[in-house]
Amino acid sequence: MQLILESLFNGVAIGSVLLVAALGLAIVFGLMGVINLAHGELMMLGAYSTYITQLIFKQVSFLKPFYDSYVIVALGIAFLVSGTIGILLERTVLRRLYGSPLETLLATWGVSLILQQFVRSVPLAYGSGLVIAIFFGLFSPLFISDDLLHGARGKLIRASTWGFSALLGVATGGVLSSLVSKLSRASARNVDVTAPSWMRGGIDFLGITFPKTRLLIILITLISVLVVIFFLDKTAWGMRIRAVTQNRPMSDCLGISTETVDIITFGIGSGLAGVAGVAVSLLGSVGPNVGGNYIVGCFMVVVLGGVGNLLGTILASFSIGIMTDLIGAGRLLTIWPDMPSPLYSTIDFFATTSMARVMIFALIVIFLQFRPTGMFPQKGRMVES
Amino acid sequence: MKLSKRIFASLATASLAVTVTACGGSDSSGNFDDTVTVGILHSLSGTMAISESTLVDTEKMAIEEINAAGGITVDGKSYKIEYIVEDGASDWPTFAEKSKKLIDQDGVPVVFGGWTSASRKAMLPVYESKDAFLYYPIQYEAQECSNNIFYTGATPNQQSEPATDFMYKRSPAAGGDFFLVGSDYVFPRTSNTITKAQVKQLGGKVVGEDYLPLGNTEVAPIISKIKVALPDGGIIINTLNGDQNVAFFKQIQDAGITPSNGYYVMNYSIAEEEISTIGPEFLEGHYGAWNYMMSIDTPASKKFAKSFKKRWGSDRVVADPQESAYNMVYLWKQAVEDAGTFDDNAVREALVGQTFDAPQGPVEVMPNHHLSQTVRIGEINSEGGFTILEETGVVEPQAWNQKHPSSKGYACDWTDPKKGEKYRL
Repeated sequence: MQLILESLFNGVAIGSVLLVAALGLAIVFGLMGVINLAHGELMMLGAYSTYITQLIFKQVSFLKPFYDSYVIVALGIAFLVSGTIGILLERTVLRRLYGSPLETLLATWGVSLILQQFVRSVPLAYGSGLVIAIFFGLFSPLFISDDLLHGARGKLIRASTWGFSALLGVATGGVLSSLVSKLSRASARNVDVTAPSWMRGGIDFLGITFPKTRLLIILITLISVLVVIFFLDKTAWGMRIRAVTQNRPMSDCLGISTETVDIITFGIGSGLAGVAGVAVSLLGSVGPNVGGNYIVGCFMVVVLGGVGNLLGTILASFSIGIMTDLIGAGRLLTIWPDMPSPLYSTIDFFATTSMARVMIFALIVIFLQFRPTGMFPQKGRMVES
Repeated sequence: MKLSKRIFASLATASLAVTVTACGGSDSSGNFDDTVTVGILHSLSGTMAISESTLVDTEKMAIEEINAAGGITVDGKSYKIEYIVEDGASDWPTFAEKSKKLIDQDGVPVVFGGWTSASRKAMLPVYESKDAFLYYPIQYEAQECSNNIFYTGATPNQQSEPATDFMYKRSPAAGGDFFLVGSDYVFPRTSNTITKAQVKQLGGKVVGEDYLPLGNTEVAPIISKIKVALPDGGIIINTLNGDQNVAFFKQIQDAGITPSNGYYVMNYSIAEEEISTIGPEFLEGHYGAWNYMMSIDTPASKKFAKSFKKRWGSDRVVADPQESAYNMVYLWKQAVEDAGTFDDNAVREALVGQTFDAPQGPVEVMPNHHLSQTVRIGEINSEGGFTILEETGVVEPQAWNQKHPSSKGYACDWTDPKKGEKYRL
């Protein structure tokens, strides 16, 4: 019983890391059909946001008393940072490439390389300044009355908002680099996020230690999934997104602004990547390559679950998680120690982390031979098919 | 059109000239009769850049020190050392390619370079076919002994064997069972084969081993296995690489695998540089084994740390790989001066038997092209350094490990033409 519980918990813990990482991709790739290879780097930006938030809470005197809660603040910041960069990516690169998946794949791969090199060679303080400038530059027109944005005067106003945002960005960069010396120099070195003391260690329950960071990641995943489901199913914009997914020209005819839908969908998908970045920063170190380690797993989960199906993504990530624990930790050997020796040695051979990975990939390949569209293929009439 | 072409050409030449001078060593002041250019080949970009760039910094510092003290004197003529730095880009074929470039195009008498075993294996055929000379400064799995490579890092019997012995006999977990964790590539697997043979000899038991694929940071299955294999604590030998250590130590601490619960981790790849990245709060109470530790309390060690901080910044640290890199530059200088020429074959002969008063203490070049060195076991403390617990005498290197089943009974000796790379003892 204890063993089953422990194995289940481990599986859910591994699965929820996969799920939170793949959730954004499930929206971007699943709903919009965009193969975004820069998804991992959007996660990386989220992880770096956590690091920067942590340093600011440590250094700035009036925030120090709230240090213990910096992770919660970091979740919001990471969502905004990755969302902003995602929207910038959509506006500048992807919207010119809709309908040409191969070019999208190459372009987003290029963007991922740019982002990796960016965090290596630009001091994080000025990097944050740039993100803030882009954020205000992109969003400030939304708060200006539409009448003002027409004609020559409109152009002037738009240009001046960008100018103002740029100034704000430079100022933030300057203030940050003088406040926190660690952010003022560029470094390719991996950095470290330390969980506040209340999140370190574990809770002992029924003779099993439940690590607190794992519990927090499961909680983050659960909340993200619920919010996404609520947003897609119950809100007007969610309905529009689903409509555009199913039939873009018809939705366009019916007066849905498909362009706005694209921005919102991509922004949310990218923002969720940022949230995933916070989660993974609690488990390992934060570096330029952190996203690349997860991207293959993310695509695997989305494809296995069935493209465009959230429930499939959820089930796929948990089944991969549980399989990883069952095979990798050699659970069967513990449950049934006197199994016949050929079987024992076979299972023992696969009971290492490397071999478990090979085994799981093999199983997925076999599964996809029989169900090429994943666990839950999308039903209904689609315009593309 | 013609004019712009000409301008472009001259600009290109000018920028090329700037790059070339920028690549070369420092200014040409001082009174030297001539200059000699050496090659430095490490990764300055890619995943290994973080570690390897510290070696470039150290080698530059050693060269500057030698120049400041009058350079190299060969045949009564004083030579200023200049260097060409090439980027291996964390890509093993690039290391081979850049080696060819340094040897053929730049004609350097010696190359200081490499970190990963994979990069060394890629470079080895180049140096052997061109009969050139590579100096390699990293502690590694041994099982190799080239006439064209000179190894200044520790072999397993100068690091892992004394460490395993310490863990089994004198650590707080003495007599306990062993669990071996490593990244999935050649060094951890070879090192663990040796450890398993040694634990068996000592009368102990290895109850499990697992390897994390490079780039993977999901440690949960390994933690479950450790808990099943070592329910009441024990000894964990860790050969994980780089960032994977961060994930490992963060997650095992949360899962209660800590010194206070009787689990002690001995690390072979965590030096001062890595402690500061991972965070001492995760590592305190665990162990490390090296030839050099920054906390060695001798004038030579303090001077080394002090000059490095002075040259590159007060927040920098020095660690074992850097010390090996520092030693090899000095040993090369001594051998050249003794040989009285830059010629590879003469220098190689002069090199064996060279001694140097290194920051770790005296080292000597042995006939198998490795160094005899001192081994130290340290406990990681809350300040991010090692508290040195014990120190062996000078240990002679074994290029062919005497515990590994494939190399037991073999040795290497390049001073005797009848023995060479691998002969039966």
